[in-house]
Amino acid sequence: MRNHVREAEHLIRLALVFLAGGAAFLLIRQAVVPPGFGVHGHYRAAALEENRLRPAVYAGQAACSDCHEEQVKQRAAGSHRGVACEACHGPLARHAADPSAAAPRPPDPVALCRRCHEADAAKPKNFPQVVAQDHSGGEACNSCHQPHRPKV
Amino acid sequence: MTGVEGFMYPNEVELQWSALIVLYPYITGLVAGAFILASLERVFKVAAVRPTYRLALLTALAFLLVAPLPLQLHLGHPERSFEMYLTPHRSSAMAMFGFVYLWYLMVVLVIEIWLDYRADIVRLSQTRRGLTGWIYRLLTLGSRNVSPESRRIDDRVGWAITVIGIPSAFLLHGYVGFIFGSVKANAWWSTPLMPIVFLFSAMVSGIAAVLLLYMGISWRQKRKVDMLCLDTIARYLFYVFLIDFSLEMLDLVHRIYEADESFRSLDFMVRTRLYTSQVIVQIYLGTVLPILLLAATQVLRLSERLRRGLYAAAGLLTLAGIFAMRWNVVIGGQLFSKSYLGYTSYKLEFATREGLLTTVFLMVLPLAILWGLLKLLPPWPEREAA
Ligand code: HEC
Ligand code: HEC
Ligand code: HEC
Ligand code: HEC
Repeated sequence: MRNHVREAEHLIRLALVFLAGGAAFLLIRQAVVPPGFGVHGHYRAAALEENRLRPAVYAGQAACSDCHEEQVKQRAAGSHRGVACEACHGPLARHAADPSAAAPRPPDPVALCRRCHEADAAKPKNFPQVVAQDHSGGEACNSCHQPHRPKV
Repeated sequence: MTGVEGFMYPNEVELQWSALIVLYPYITGLVAGAFILASLERVFKVAAVRPTYRLALLTALAFLLVAPLPLQLHLGHPERSFEMYLTPHRSSAMAMFGFVYLWYLMVVLVIEIWLDYRADIVRLSQTRRGLTGWIYRLLTLGSRNVSPESRRIDDRVGWAITVIGIPSAFLLHGYVGFIFGSVKANAWWSTPLMPIVFLFSAMVSGIAAVLLLYMGISWRQKRKVDMLCLDTIARYLFYVFLIDFSLEMLDLVHRIYEADESFRSLDFMVRTRLYTSQVIVQIYLGTVLPILLLAATQVLRLSERLRRGLYAAAGLLTLAGIFAMRWNVVIGGQLFSKSYLGYTSYKLEFATREGLLTTVFLMVLPLAILWGLLKLLPPWPEREAA
């Protein structure tokens, strides 16, 4: 028996190397896997709280009506009535809280309108869409269409 | 839209899985195939292939080291791939692959190679000086015992490892097929035959690769090729190839006869966009022709020179054919619309992260690693001395 152990000594050494590797792996894992991982699911539990604490960047549709009555009325009358102000103007929570702190940048009409209206076979057939190149030939969309009430 | 014909959903127009994803099953296939060839000698005691035993193991190791690289280069954040070891998701086949890979690399290949080479390592650790001497001394793990009894133990343990290794090699590559075969949304991939077809094509490519490497290295080092060994390998290549071919044809016949709703679309694709790579390169040049060449060496009495030439030609065609097969699976599966109403095209880029240059580099890298391994662990020491 003793003899066997001596003859297999190199295998014991190999096993020790593997054990050391395994132990190193477990230690590293212990150190780098964030605490709370897996409590609720396959993610960090603290991520929920962190996300909740992030400031909201969208003010919401209702916020705009306090100050921009004109555009609100326009929009409500046309076919863009279902498109939120911030879908075109971007997140404006800071602006709504204090208009002088953050002035919204005017959107680039061509890129903006094409994002929704460029013809694409995957869009529903009854959705209004144009091949911008043929339709306006590069002219800005808002030179003919009023963005808030687009019917010409 | 350029390159698009008929109707494609917007997210299908551009191919997400590039040439690197073609390389990945190709390389793992070479690993599994080379290892299975090595285990022939070990477990099934086919003495004739003894001269390639070590070469096959080192080939498997060299390619296995490179196997995850194409996947990592494909990822925008390669460093995150290690998270699958730290926080593995048990329902993800891809995450589990990390463990299959590690198991196969460390427990099967590295240990088997170490056990087989131990006597040589101990000998070299005593004769070599300098840095290489240090490497060998490190590899001995401080034990210089190479008594017959210890070698007998090594042999038994090595045998057991190979026995575990064969299902592991099957797992490694069957799994790669599984990844594709289990995508039920993709009619081109989704078949339970996929893992089996992948496995047999892996054996074919691995055996062909070792055959070519053996001939190439012998020629380079001006050694005489062991013709018996070569003939035996070629015979196995022939048999395995026949099984592989039958399986692929079974899949094909089954698809044609079943002719489900995807059939017309896929049929059209194979006749048009995939015609060159599938019909010409994969089936005719990469499968039928090498099978015929190998069959000729089996039935006709040919001179050694001619046989060697035929083996080399068959091996090269085989490797090209299996590469085409991976290409047709990976790229082909993304060329048709899941609406079956349109087709897109794939343009291989050149000097980008997933371009042609990277692909070629990743194909040459394992050969460079193999070259280093052959220097460090010469497979034919007895001839070295002579
Ligand atoms: C508290 C009042 C208030 C609220 C709420 C408010 N705004 Fe404003 N907004 C202003 C004022 C005042 C200006 C004019 C600033 C200027 O002209 O320099 C302005 C300017 C703008 C402009 C730029 C006009 C231009 O001429 O360039 C846009 C676009 C705009 N607001 C959009 C919105 C949207 C969308 C909302 C809802 C999320 C909103 N605002 C909420 C007061 C408000
Ligand atoms: C379909 C996209 C779209 C929607 C929805 C939209 N806007 Fe606009 N808005 C624009 C564009 C485009 C301009 C013009 C920019 C320019 O002329 O350079 C603009 C301009 C403005 C201006 C500057 C004054 C003007 O009328 O030119 C204000 C203020 C404004 N929008 C507020 C609003 C408010 C408030 C809402 C929601 C009730 C809203 N917008 C909804 C696209 C939109
Ligand atoms: C966020 C997506 C979105 C953007 C951006 C957008 N639209 Fe629209 N647009 C719509 C929707 C939704 C409708 C209503 C479609 C319907 O009635 O089914 C519409 C309707 C229209 C119509 C049809 C009007 C009618 O009454 O028939 C026109 C014209 C139009 N938009 C022009 C524009 C222009 C010009 C712009 C750029 C300033 C623009 N749209 C930006 C979503 C968008
Ligand atoms: C030269 C003026 C002009 C310009 C510039 C223009 N349009 Fe129009 N557009 C029209 C007119 C007029 C109509 C209504 C008649 C029609 O349906 O052809 C219209 C209709 C539309 C419609 C509704 C089509 C439908 O099927 O109901 C959309 C959407 C539209 N335009 C988007 C755009 C977009 C996006 C741009 C910018 C790339 C743009 N337009 C630029 C004049 C213009």
